[in-house]
Amino acid sequence: MTARHVTVHKPPEVAARANLRDYEVTRAAFTWASARAELDGLPGGALNIAHEAVDRHVAHGRGEHLALRWLGKGGEVRDLTYRALSEETNRFAGVLRALGVGRGDRVFALLPRVPALYVACLGTLKNGSVFSPLFSAFGPEPIAARVGLGEGRVLVTTEALYRKKVAPIRHTLPSLEHVLLVADASAGAERPAGTRDYEAEMRAASASFEVVATSPSDMALLHFTSGTTGKPKGAIHVHEAVVAHHATGKLALDLHPDDVFWCTADPGWVTGTSYGILSPLTHGITSIIDEADFDAERWYAILRDQRVTVWYTAPTAVRMMMRSGAAAARAGGAHALRFIASVGEPLNPEAVLWGLEAFDLPIHDNWWQTETGGIMIANYAAMDVRPGSMGRPLPGVDAAIVRRVGSGVEVVTSPDTEGELALRRGWPSMFRGYLHDDERYAKCFVGEWYLTGDLARRDADGYYWFIGRADDVIKSAGHLIGPFEVESALLEHPAVAEAGVIGKPDPVAMEVVKAFVSLKPGHAPSESLRRELLGFARTRLGPAVAPKEIAFLPSLPRTRSGKIMRRLLKARELGLPEGDTSMLEGAS
Amino acid sequence: MTPEQPAREAMTAAQLRDVVVDALRSVAPEADAASLGDAARLRDAFDLDSMDFLNVVIALHTALGVDIPEADYAKLQTLGGAVAYLASRLEPRVTG
Repeated sequence: MTARHVTVHKPPEVAARANLRDYEVTRAAFTWASARAELDGLPGGALNIAHEAVDRHVAHGRGEHLALRWLGKGGEVRDLTYRALSEETNRFAGVLRALGVGRGDRVFALLPRVPALYVACLGTLKNGSVFSPLFSAFGPEPIAARVGLGEGRVLVTTEALYRKKVAPIRHTLPSLEHVLLVADASAGAERPAGTRDYEAEMRAASASFEVVATSPSDMALLHFTSGTTGKPKGAIHVHEAVVAHHATGKLALDLHPDDVFWCTADPGWVTGTSYGILSPLTHGITSIIDEADFDAERWYAILRDQRVTVWYTAPTAVRMMMRSGAAAARAGGAHALRFIASVGEPLNPEAVLWGLEAFDLPIHDNWWQTETGGIMIANYAAMDVRPGSMGRPLPGVDAAIVRRVGSGVEVVTSPDTEGELALRRGWPSMFRGYLHDDERYAKCFVGEWYLTGDLARRDADGYYWFIGRADDVIKSAGHLIGPFEVESALLEHPAVAEAGVIGKPDPVAMEVVKAFVSLKPGHAPSESLRRELLGFARTRLGPAVAPKEIAFLPSLPRTRSGKIMRRLLKARELGLPEGDTSMLEGAS
Repeated sequence: MTPEQPAREAMTAAQLRDVVVDALRSVAPEADAASLGDAARLRDAFDLDSMDFLNVVIALHTALGVDIPEADYAKLQTLGGAVAYLASRLEPRVTG
């Protein structure tokens, strides 16, 4: 029997302690209004994410509970209770106010996973400003595109990242008035011109701050994501999203008051913000933050030593751990895990079941996007798992498989039929726009449906199964990468005439970015030129976006209108017949 | 069964360092390897993500014919650490 045909059943004692014990019953009773009532809110109907995540727990007498435990690369540990986190975030809000930064102003962070990142996020929200996280593995071009589009007034970063990635492009960013530098090992005696000392500003600020009474519909977070064409898109999320952060933490991640939670995602991506920062804090529980990059042995030690009970990770990490075998996971002794979830790309059935071998727990895949702001479809603690399936829609979320018909859509009702995954609009963490791009936002909706761009099918029992992307966006290690952004960077190299970028299937990362380039007259393919282009792209884009492979072609295939046929490049890469690219949809 | 090792002359530590630097540069050619100290953390110095790091390990395996188990990845965090680790794996083929 293959993993594909196994169902993982849950023992009754597991179901009995879950928040969501009976899917149908919970779904029938659920309303977003009742989910909202589990939060405190602010007088006059105001709602602020940071108040729900931090200050209300202090008001409820939970100020001494551990909010964040930070594990440094070199073995350092820093603990922040809810009271300490409240004071630190008050200081940061005060720093912003003193700089004249106010409601709606965008504050960007380009930071490794250090406490200042978490403080900056929550302090920004307290001040009524908008927080936009950037992945620290972005290069200067993705940073410039995002800060420029988002009209960032403030950037919080480190001296090393500033010198390497921001200083060269700062002159292109007229909106960027204030740069706050967090101390790091490389900090020199003299701070770069035009920057401020984060620690000094924090020391000068008051530990008290009255949280700005934001409206539920005020912009709170700006998360950038990638499309097939054009610039990155800034997905707007509002303070009301906290209702979904909280409800999905309870129902999909099964968070309980005494949990120790570890979300391994970087806050530079939406998972790392919604679940790496906000959701666990709204529940008043303890979150682990690890500054270091993935290392299987280190991760096993963290799970064991920190007594992590709920762990939210990613398929690429799981598959990397699988390489070293389940025995390595068991070697260090007993763990405290109760629930494991994964998001980023579909979790293959073997990986779901590997969880049973390594931790005596299946790994629960779930599905959502930058645009949805929170988990939309999930496998639950008390529900049987069908390995390979993303699970069933959250209570309060209506999903469907739809087919585009003319200018509208029709819902596909027959089971196991491929179509586009759609969500009925109206959940609290739904994105409210792409910044300065109403047209692209409008295109995402047909009538009452938000069209996700993912192809999927629903089986007869209501479980959803991912099939592929409906467009050319690349899914690599849990992140979406827009081919256009990569092609544009390669085209800046003097030797490159054309560039076409695809996602090449990869057993660990699902896809890796592969670029095909043709050269201008006078340039010939060579290993040294290949390396030069690779380095050129990495310098501009950073390792998170740059291609992992570059191949030379005499010319790239184009449509009659001159568009590079990425799907044909992909067909060739996969060894599929070139005439039939329809087969590709299922291949991604 | 042990895979057949590539026939190699004994390698000096300096030669081994060149092999490591070339493996790194095959993944991150833009990085300034010349000024790299033995204690520098490779993932920071070369801006390597997890996939990049895996590709460096694969490149080292291809170049040297040694298996590098996952449990040993932590020993490859610095240039000096990587050279020392690979030397121990290659023994007795390493001199100096």
